[in-house]
Amino acid sequence: MTIGKQTVAVIDYGMGNLHSVASALSHVAPEQNVVVTSDPAVVAAADRVVFPGVGAIRDCMAEIKRLGFDKLLREQIATGKPVLGICVGMQALMDHSEENGGVDCIGILSGKVRFFGENHTDSTGAHLKVPHMGWNQVHHNDHPLWVGIEQDSRFYFVHSFYILADDASQVAATCDYGVQFHAALTRGNLFAVQFHPEKSHTAGLQLLKNFLHWDGRN
Amino acid sequence: MALAKRIIPCLDVDNGRVVKGVQFLDIRDAGDPVEIAKRYNQEGADEITFLDITATHEGRATTVHTVEKIASEVFIPLTVGGGIRTVDDIRTMLNAGADKVGINSAAVFNPDFVKAASDRFGAQCIVVAIDAKKVSLAGEAARWEIFTHGGRKPTGINAVEWAIKMAEFGAGEILLTSMDGDGTKKGYDLGVTRAISDAVPVPVIASGGVGNLQHLVDGVTEGRADAVLAASIFHFREYTVPQAKEFMRARGIEVRL
Repeated sequence: MTIGKQTVAVIDYGMGNLHSVASALSHVAPEQNVVVTSDPAVVAAADRVVFPGVGAIRDCMAEIKRLGFDKLLREQIATGKPVLGICVGMQALMDHSEENGGVDCIGILSGKVRFFGENHTDSTGAHLKVPHMGWNQVHHNDHPLWVGIEQDSRFYFVHSFYILADDASQVAATCDYGVQFHAALTRGNLFAVQFHPEKSHTAGLQLLKNFLHWDGRN
Repeated sequence: MALAKRIIPCLDVDNGRVVKGVQFLDIRDAGDPVEIAKRYNQEGADEITFLDITATHEGRATTVHTVEKIASEVFIPLTVGGGIRTVDDIRTMLNAGADKVGINSAAVFNPDFVKAASDRFGAQCIVVAIDAKKVSLAGEAARWEIFTHGGRKPTGINAVEWAIKMAEFGAGEILLTSMDGDGTKKGYDLGVTRAISDAVPVPVIASGGVGNLQHLVDGVTEGRADAVLAASIFHFREYTVPQAKEFMRARGIEVRL
C-alpha cells in the first residue's frame, strides 16, 4: 500500500509575505507537500492548516471576511485536523482586538487583544519599546508541540498588541514583557502562537516540525 | 526574564559579494553572502541585515537571487536595505524572503513613502535607516544631522527630530548609523545613539564603528540601543557571534545564548 504525501496548506489572504513560513515548513519536513493557497478546496483537502498573518488587524479581518475564511477556518477546525495560527493569525482567532480603534475578530477563541501602550514600562519602571521586537523567553506547558524544546527557550516576536485568553486551560505558553501575556493558546486540534516560529531558529523549527507530526490531540 | 538585546551582523553586498569599506572607501572583499549568512545563522546571530550597495540595475537582480538563497536557508529575521525607493521595491524584497526592508534616502526625499509603506506592509517590516553625522562644534550643545548618498550630502535635517518623525510615520524600527564612526573601529557615536533611543518609542539598532566587543556593550548600556549591528569584526573573524554574546552576558546584558 502506498501512503500519499501529507499536505500542509498555508492560507494566503493577501496579508504579507508567506515565503518564510512556507520555506521553514519545507525545510523541517521535506517529505511533506507545502502549499500556499487562497483556494478553500485546497485548504479543505490538506492534512494540516497554517493560518499566518502580519500587518494591521482591520485590514486582515476585512480580507478574511471578504474571502469567507472565517467560516472556512471554523469548518477546518471542526474536522479535527491540526491547525496552527501564527502572530496576527492568532490574534484574528480571538473575539476582539483593541487595534485600529476596536475590531471584532473571528471569535474561535475567547479573549482580548490589547495594546502594550504608549508608555509601557517593566516592573522597575524602565521604559519598554513598542513593538515588542526580538527574542523573548517563552514559558510553556506540557503539550506535544513543545517536545524537544527547552523550557524558557527564546522565540522571535514582533507585535504591539498582546493576547489575554479568558480560559486559563487554553494557555499553552506565557511570555513577560512588562505584562505577562499568552504567547501560545491551544484548544483540541487548534494551536496558536504569538511569536514567529519560522524566524525562531532551532526552537521555532522544532515547533513547526512537531506541528507537522501532530495528530491534533493533546 | 526579559527581551534579549540583539546582535546583528551586517552584510554590505556589492554585485553578489560581501564587501566592507572604511568610511565608504577602500573596499575589501569578505566573501559569499550566502555562505556568510549561513555561518552567522549557525553561530546564533539574532538577525541578519543585508545592505545592497550595488549601483547597477543588473546587480540588483543578483541581489534578489542572493536574498532568495539566504531566506531559504536562514531561519532568523532578515532585513534588506539599499536602493529601496518604491512600494514595488519593497514587495520584490519581501517576496524574495526578506522580513523587513530598510529605507534610507527615499525617506529623506519623500517622507510620505514611509507612511505608504507602513500602511501597506505593516510597521513591523519597515526599518528607517538614518545616517547621522555630528555637526556641532566643540563647546556647542551636541547636534547631529542626516546625510544621504553614503554620507556625502548634508540635508540640514536634525537627526533626533527626524527619528521621531519617522517613528510617527510608521517606522517599526530605526537603524542608526554614525557616519563619523562607520568603518573606523572606534565605537558607536554613543551621544546620538542615546539621544535617539530615548526619543523614539520604537527599537533602535546602533551601527557604525564597532572595533571590539566593548563597543557592543557600550551601545547597549550607554547608547541604550535595543540591538547592535556590526560588520567587519565578524566577517574577518576577529570575533565570533558567540564570543560577542558571552562578553555581553558577562557584563550583565541579557542575550540569547
